[in-house]
Amino acid sequence: MTEPGDYLVRAILIIPALAAALLALLPDDRTTARLNVLGTFLTLAAAVGLFVARPAPGPFLIVDDLNVVFIVLSTFVGFTTSVFSGSYIAHELEVGRLTPTYLRFYHAMYQTLMFAMNLALLSNNVGLMWVAVELATLTTVLMVGIYRTPAALEAAWKYFLLGSVGIALALFGTILVYLAARTVVGEGLDAMAWNVLVERAPEFDPALLNLSFVFLLLGYGTKVGLAPLHAWLPDAHAEGPTPISAVLSGLLLNVALFAVLRFKTIMSANPGALAPGPLMVSLGLLSVVFASFMLYRRHDIKRMFAYSSIEHMGIITFAFGMGGPLANFAGLLHMTLHSLTKSAIFFCVGHIAQVKGTQQMADIRGLTVSHPVLGWGLTLGVVAIVGLPPMGIFMTEFLIVTSTFAREPVLAVLLGLSILVALGALLLRLNGLAFGDPYGSSEPAKASFVPVFAHLALVLAAGIWLPPALVAWFQHVATRLS
Amino acid sequence: MDRLALDVAHLFAGGLVLVSFMLLYQDRMFGLLNTFALHALVVSLSVAWQAYIQHAPHLYITAAIALVVKAFVIPVVLHRIIVRLGIHRTIEPVVGIGLTMLAGIGLVALSIMVMLPITAEAGTLAREDLAFALSVMLLGLLMMVSRHNAVSQVIGFMSIENGLILAATGAKGMPLVVEISVAFSILVALIVIGIFLFRIRERFDTVDIHTLDQYRGERP
Repeated sequence: MTEPGDYLVRAILIIPALAAALLALLPDDRTTARLNVLGTFLTLAAAVGLFVARPAPGPFLIVDDLNVVFIVLSTFVGFTTSVFSGSYIAHELEVGRLTPTYLRFYHAMYQTLMFAMNLALLSNNVGLMWVAVELATLTTVLMVGIYRTPAALEAAWKYFLLGSVGIALALFGTILVYLAARTVVGEGLDAMAWNVLVERAPEFDPALLNLSFVFLLLGYGTKVGLAPLHAWLPDAHAEGPTPISAVLSGLLLNVALFAVLRFKTIMSANPGALAPGPLMVSLGLLSVVFASFMLYRRHDIKRMFAYSSIEHMGIITFAFGMGGPLANFAGLLHMTLHSLTKSAIFFCVGHIAQVKGTQQMADIRGLTVSHPVLGWGLTLGVVAIVGLPPMGIFMTEFLIVTSTFAREPVLAVLLGLSILVALGALLLRLNGLAFGDPYGSSEPAKASFVPVFAHLALVLAAGIWLPPALVAWFQHVATRLS
Repeated sequence: MDRLALDVAHLFAGGLVLVSFMLLYQDRMFGLLNTFALHALVVSLSVAWQAYIQHAPHLYITAAIALVVKAFVIPVVLHRIIVRLGIHRTIEPVVGIGLTMLAGIGLVALSIMVMLPITAEAGTLAREDLAFALSVMLLGLLMMVSRHNAVSQVIGFMSIENGLILAATGAKGMPLVVEISVAFSILVALIVIGIFLFRIRERFDTVDIHTLDQYRGERP
């Protein structure tokens, strides 16, 4: 246990835990926001180190090709969001929407959430992963309700109940997986260790695995926000502080999807078990179709982008459900780019809602005139998220639709049409938001634009030129998945 | 494993399903709380019995948590909250009691038909336990959807959790059961604190979640 990789893995978990404790204890000060940034930055540095040194899998923690991608993405967006959060929270304190005590609580919860997500991604034990996802759910529930307005409380309550039922179902699925493994692997920790499960999966009882996957897909699928289990998602995004919306959309949904992917690999390794693909394809497609039409009826800007997240999680689930190296590759890349783009959009939206004092889209107009940087940031973000070239999402959506065409033309047509419907809705709204005569307050925004444009630059770069090393890495992971 | 040990385990698990049915037809808040305390008591007895016959002393911790937290602390706290908020009127179900009971019977039949054939290899103890546990979970879900009242929904959720604990302890030798039950207790405690801290009554004048629905944030 003295390899450098072990230290890195420990650092990824210990830094956020320590930062959470410190931030909970320290009196309110301007330094706390900086400490928050420092904590997430150190975690990111440790995560990047995993590319160099990687520990051997233990009974509880594992680092493999798949979760490295998720961890680095998660810690990176965690870091940039903490930078955004600094300027966002400063404004909230100024206008008195948050008191210093709540700020302390907020920062501690932010780091706890980072800890929980990293633990969920790193865990080798399916039970530990479940505990981590539960912890992540709890912290986000608390943060969604932090403003204590009736709407925020309702959103938190709804998220709480639906999320709890979801993770309860996921636990039942986990118990069933253990039962399937127990007769083959024997009692004890090995029967819950993910690397052992995948290796021995061909010998498991297919009937038990089938039933467990239904529970796991429904349970973790609730957390992914797949329709028809998505009801909590728009409310939770709209009513919580915007940094949390960014982290929810950009990271927590991915973590839940990651859990589904882990179990999908076990299912695919067993020849007698139900193919997990069609189930994921149908849930994914349902979410895309549903969310793209729902986009037209939104009045609240954060709620609209929350529906867009449902749409994109649907696309990603669809891609992984289709399977095969190409679709998996596109799905992984799409997930990465969606996280970057959606969090960048939420950074803009957060500042926009602060300067305009409203989230109602009817009251926000002409942003490119009144706040050029914010307005164009939002425009770029929306252009990226709807999948227009040259942004990276265009490429991944194109890959997903074309690879589906070769295998299931009807599904590809449905998917392509829904993506177009969503494009129409978002561009329609963007037109009103960004262009025309400005309306409402036009005082300059005290915003941090670095995270927004850093994310968007990465997404643009991905659309124009992907470094061959990155392509090779993603391809490698995609082949491992299929 | 001798016959008696199995029979007693099944008695407790079956008893839990029975108490789940009792939860379904409670129409008074305090009656609901008392029945839930009984539910938690049965689950804790069941876990303790599993700990004894599986020679797994760590399960006694889970049993103790269930007994202390869910059979005593939470009902008492909820009782005080209900008195304090003055909401101890009758619970209005969404669908009639008779229909709910029929649906419940259907769910139990369904879970037995689903679980028994596929768990043939899992051992006698786990087999029936899982079927009962799934029944308890489904009945808890049924309770959550057939009541609009926040307290009933919380109790429905906690009965789902009891079902899960039954399933986890029935899966012989499952690691991390204690940790999972602790994590769950924190969740439940937070839900209860949530009712109180968020003071749903203060904000909404009622714990009927129908009233919450007007804050959809979708005002045009």
